[in-house]
Amino acid sequence: MSDDERRPEPIKAIKLKHPWRNVLAVVLILIVALVVIDAAQRPAFDWPAVGKYVFDRRISQAALVTLELTVLSMAIAIVLGILLAVMRLSPNPVVKSVAWVYLWIFRGTPIYVQLTFWGLIAVIYQSIDIGVPFTEPWASFETKNVISVFWIAVIGLALNEAAYMAEIVRAGLLSVDRGQEEAATALGMSWSQTMLRVVIPQSMRIIIPPTGNEVISMLKTTSLVTAVPFGLDLYNRARDISAETFNPIPLLIVASLWYLLFTSILMVGQYFLEKRFARGVGDRRPDKGAGPTGTLPVVGAGQPTVIAPVPSESTEAGGHR
Amino acid sequence: MTDTAASAASVPMVLADGVSKSFGSNEVLKSISLEVKRGEVMCLVGPSGSGKSTFLRLINHLEILSAGRLSVDGDLVGYREHGGKLYELKPKEAAMQRRDIGMVFQRFNLFPHMTALENVMEAPIRVKGQSKAEVRKRALDLLARVGLAERADYYPAHLSGGQQQRVAIARALAMDPKLMLFDEPTSALDPELVGEVLDVMKELATSGMTMIVVTHEMGFAREVADSLVFMDGGVVVESGDPRDVLSNPQHERTKAFLSKVL
Repeated sequence: MSDDERRPEPIKAIKLKHPWRNVLAVVLILIVALVVIDAAQRPAFDWPAVGKYVFDRRISQAALVTLELTVLSMAIAIVLGILLAVMRLSPNPVVKSVAWVYLWIFRGTPIYVQLTFWGLIAVIYQSIDIGVPFTEPWASFETKNVISVFWIAVIGLALNEAAYMAEIVRAGLLSVDRGQEEAATALGMSWSQTMLRVVIPQSMRIIIPPTGNEVISMLKTTSLVTAVPFGLDLYNRARDISAETFNPIPLLIVASLWYLLFTSILMVGQYFLEKRFARGVGDRRPDKGAGPTGTLPVVGAGQPTVIAPVPSESTEAGGHR
Repeated sequence: MTDTAASAASVPMVLADGVSKSFGSNEVLKSISLEVKRGEVMCLVGPSGSGKSTFLRLINHLEILSAGRLSVDGDLVGYREHGGKLYELKPKEAAMQRRDIGMVFQRFNLFPHMTALENVMEAPIRVKGQSKAEVRKRALDLLARVGLAERADYYPAHLSGGQQQRVAIARALAMDPKLMLFDEPTSALDPELVGEVLDVMKELATSGMTMIVVTHEMGFAREVADSLVFMDGGVVVESGDPRDVLSNPQHERTKAFLSKVL
């Protein structure tokens, strides 16, 4: 018997129908269309006002302030979070406990309360003294002159966020196989080299997705800085303007559009960061062709950042191996 | 000068005297005494839990010994002796000791975020501070030596187990070690991939490298090793020329073990 005769017939079956899927899809499309058409015509949304204020100078400047608050506080929170995570993994019980207490306090109280508290810092500590404790200070500054409301807001947000970042970083560090640390140690690498070159780059794959979440969350949490009180961020500026115009709804939409724009940009950034730290884990091969065992050519082969599918000639090359 | 050189040659590469190790109340190694000469290939065999791997890890100071003396090339491992007292080494000094001891693990432990070439280049650049161009050339030579010149730019995930283990050997060799430790280097491999790793190890043994190999590959022990040590329950049961021990075991426990693995 030849191969052709033995080859079984391809299956020709009648496809299973899913009528309810189609019905559900149509119903959903109708609902969405109704909501959109209704919103477009509803006077309360006042779309002309949205168009007028969306590129208003005050709004775009406030958007920039919100972005600054987000970036600065996240940067501080990440550094502090790494420090706290390393402290929690330290063999020294005192160091470990200090980190734990920090987390306990900053995760256990509302951010709004914390921001209000930091806003009152100049009342609690009226002056900052530099010198040896319990002696005449060498220099003394009035707290409210040294630190602006903006920086109080940044630090307040950062201190709270650091507690969450610490847990994310700790999870990332713990996710790296113990054998990695051992291999690096056996090669004579120091603890800091092992962390910086081996453990942290691998833990990034675990750390980045939840950190992306935190950045997006932080962008929105900045609207709470009014507790400090600091009022130049996007949401509070939008509220200020609407207090003058007695027309709050379009300004809320304006603020939302800006928040959405920023979160969208952040999501794109996160995508590329994840690509970068997936080195050696994804399916990319340096030779664009089939692997050492002659398996299927891999989609997404090429340079690390290239996401395009494999060109056809390399697929052929793969077949020859 | 000739005096010190002569005495250095007579110092054994590894000297263990009453080496013991406990994890809590569990005594894993009970007074191990043995000697590995320069250029010697020693195979450690025995059932799992017999303490072979722990002994290997003590030599590299990945574990701290509980009792006894252990020295590599005349230097105490992990301690400094001064005025009759032992002082623990600082992490930096311990790292200095480890530089000269290469280690190959059962699970390869290649750095997955680096290519084969980067894995080999990492330690010489970071630890020894050698120039990148120089290290790169040598790393490529080493990868060629283990038969993986074409795979230099592959990430570990895209290499077979046998290829990963050969990269791991090249990575250890890049530090110019005077002693190589192998912790069951072929145990995690598919049977058809074991040979390629053993071939690289044979070549290394022929080149005069001092090696301690924890293994279940009795064929390798018979063919390549200069000495074989059979361990069970944390003690050395029997040791000697591998051909003698394997074909004519003296001890009941050795006989029982060999009857299962041969």
